[in-house]
Amino acid sequence: MSLQSGALAASTEQVTQRPGGPTKAQMSEGKRAERNLGLLLCAPAAIIIVLVTAYPIGYAIWLSLQRYDLRFPAEQAFVGLSNYVTVLTSGYWWQAFGVTMLITVISVAIEFVLGLALALMMHRTLVARGLVRTVILIPYGIVTVVAAFSWQFAWTPDKGYLAALLPTGSAPLTDFGSALAIVIGAEVWKTTPFMALLLLAGLALVPDDLLKAAQVDGAGPWQRLTQIILPMMKPAILVALLFRTLDAFRVFDNIYILTQGSNGTGSVSMLGYDNLFKAFNLGIGSAISVLIFICVALLAVLFIKLFGAAAPGSEPSGRR
Amino acid sequence: MRGPVHPGRRRGRRRPLIAGACAVLAAAAIAGCSSGATGPPVLNVYGPADGAEQYSAAAKDCTAASGGRYSVVYQTLPKSADDQRLQLARRLVAGDSEVDIVGIDVTWTAEFAAAGWIEKLPEDVAAQVRQGTLDGPLQTATYQGALWAAPLNTNTQILWYRKDLSPTPPATWDEMISASERLHQQGLPSYIEVQGAQYEGLVVWFNTLLNSAGGQIVDEDGNVLLGRGDAAQKALSVMQRVAASPASDPSLSVNKENDGRLAMEAGTAAFQINYPFVYASIHTPPPDGGGGGTFIDPQGKPTSADTGRRVVDEFAWAPYPSVVPGQPAKPTIGGINLAVSTTGQHKDLAFAAIQCLRNRDNQLRNAVEGGVPPTLSDLYTDPSFQAKYPAWEAIKNSLDNASVRPLTPGYTSISIVLSDLLNPPAAIDPATAVPMLADEVQGAANSEGLVP
Repeated sequence: MSLQSGALAASTEQVTQRPGGPTKAQMSEGKRAERNLGLLLCAPAAIIIVLVTAYPIGYAIWLSLQRYDLRFPAEQAFVGLSNYVTVLTSGYWWQAFGVTMLITVISVAIEFVLGLALALMMHRTLVARGLVRTVILIPYGIVTVVAAFSWQFAWTPDKGYLAALLPTGSAPLTDFGSALAIVIGAEVWKTTPFMALLLLAGLALVPDDLLKAAQVDGAGPWQRLTQIILPMMKPAILVALLFRTLDAFRVFDNIYILTQGSNGTGSVSMLGYDNLFKAFNLGIGSAISVLIFICVALLAVLFIKLFGAAAPGSEPSGRR
Repeated sequence: MRGPVHPGRRRGRRRPLIAGACAVLAAAAIAGCSSGATGPPVLNVYGPADGAEQYSAAAKDCTAASGGRYSVVYQTLPKSADDQRLQLARRLVAGDSEVDIVGIDVTWTAEFAAAGWIEKLPEDVAAQVRQGTLDGPLQTATYQGALWAAPLNTNTQILWYRKDLSPTPPATWDEMISASERLHQQGLPSYIEVQGAQYEGLVVWFNTLLNSAGGQIVDEDGNVLLGRGDAAQKALSVMQRVAASPASDPSLSVNKENDGRLAMEAGTAAFQINYPFVYASIHTPPPDGGGGGTFIDPQGKPTSADTGRRVVDEFAWAPYPSVVPGQPAKPTIGGINLAVSTTGQHKDLAFAAIQCLRNRDNQLRNAVEGGVPPTLSDLYTDPSFQAKYPAWEAIKNSLDNASVRPLTPGYTSISIVLSDLLNPPAAIDPATAVPMLADEVQGAANSEGLVP
């Protein structure tokens, strides 16, 4: 079905293009001027995008191939891929990578379940719909650093209301396991609303008639969720999970405030920051940044491959 | 969601927004123009936020004293040292010509000098700066045999203790550890408060113990000396024993200077290694200070009942405990040095200004009002200084035996690596840790590999 619709789209494209071919040559003076104006109007935006994204990325790649430490200016030299070798053979990188993956997988999984629950709730709310949606979005509206500080105070012994619930003498932010759990908790608290919002948009795609028909046919709530709602929401789920995974992989603010990466809780972004802005080692730091960039790109590709081409509008029953 | 969209309402709002944006831009443009006013050259001093009030007052006085040659403005950097260093580095790397003088932590001298961010002091200025200045602080401003900065103030740790719990102060770490364990067995306050968190303070503790035992982390050229002799092993053994003792503070591995002060004021600590600010703090009423600390019962335990006796009544100080009996400890010194940036436009005036900013009057004000010990040795005999610092003799003693942290450009990396490897201190294995430490420090000193 999806193949057919794809082929149909392609053929209509061809159809529209074929007559476009000859007209192109005979484009009227006015039309050409209009198109040139269009290009001109787009140009500033396109140039700015190239300047603000392509240039820094290119510069980071160039830096990552150098030995470049601000404190040893005389030793600056081209070293090829040796910075990458240094990073990839360092225990610190793999420790940070493991921590980052752990945070990403656990927090996105929890966020998905909670976000779906919230989305279903918001979808069904009958009274004060706007108020409920606003209230649920509050955590997402709070600046991450501010929220992280309040979590930090909450979990600090003697000061925090959450730490007071624990046995005396426990300092949860100073232990690897509990500190990581707190970081994940802060991430989940902060971004579940975002997940819920994206999933809510997906829920709107599910026709009520279909659910009613299924109900008449005897499908229970769980069957309706897994057989109808989730498959139909697949494009929205892909987008939500992809966005959140890419975000979670770059986790920085919460860790920076809550633990400063101590006790082995640093993420890859923290490692990059420390090497760039504490050690002033632009070569190694840039290599870490480029590796993070590659990881994020790989994750995105992996997601799209895993979910198939579940782009918005494709066949909901998809493959299994 | 099904409610109507109001495109008109949004468009209506846009106009005041644009007007507002224009107003802001216009204001910025006008402000930009007004800075080009005529007058003597402005020298910007970028320095730490702590003590900014005193430094600003000094800047005002120096402007007046210059007789119209220059005017000095103090620009406050962030509170945390890492943030200060980062902002200075960003400005200096970018060639900010508005940065004339920088107030830098003593550990950054070598790094800023090697990176080409600060100017060497000219011979005549260096000679004047050396005159009457304590040796330790001068060493922190020296790199490769030349003076790169002028010591503005210094800081050092001494032992603060409870004289009801330990009538004679321990002279060595061994004595202190056994005294603490004895107190613990008697059920009395027993904690030894020292900086055990994973940060610079932990490296300061290690550096002091190592130097006191006759060792050194690394020399100026980046040669690692940690593995020579048994000094490092002695130092690590002290750290491990303090942290792993049943009498120690359970949160020692996350404690910084302020946590030690609070534990002492709360009556749970018997000993504390800390800077002189703890004396001012315990004598300051809440909420700014400890207000004399908590009440203590006749045995010395903290109590909520009004016994009429507080921690402050038993609060005393002594020289930093030594590692090798009979040899005085070599406490690591901190502080701020003033240097002239390579990006400023009025370097001669800047050299004149740093001498004014660190003159006797200004250092005395920093000491008395800001709580930071001066670098001019004759101020220690000044009655107004001694009145404010009853512990001045112990402080001076610490400064005279001072050790400095490695004067090498890679110091920050060394510190990050060391604080990572030494935390938590209770988990150190003194017998096997030294070769690994030496190896990691070597990499950091040459900026090879990653920092955690």
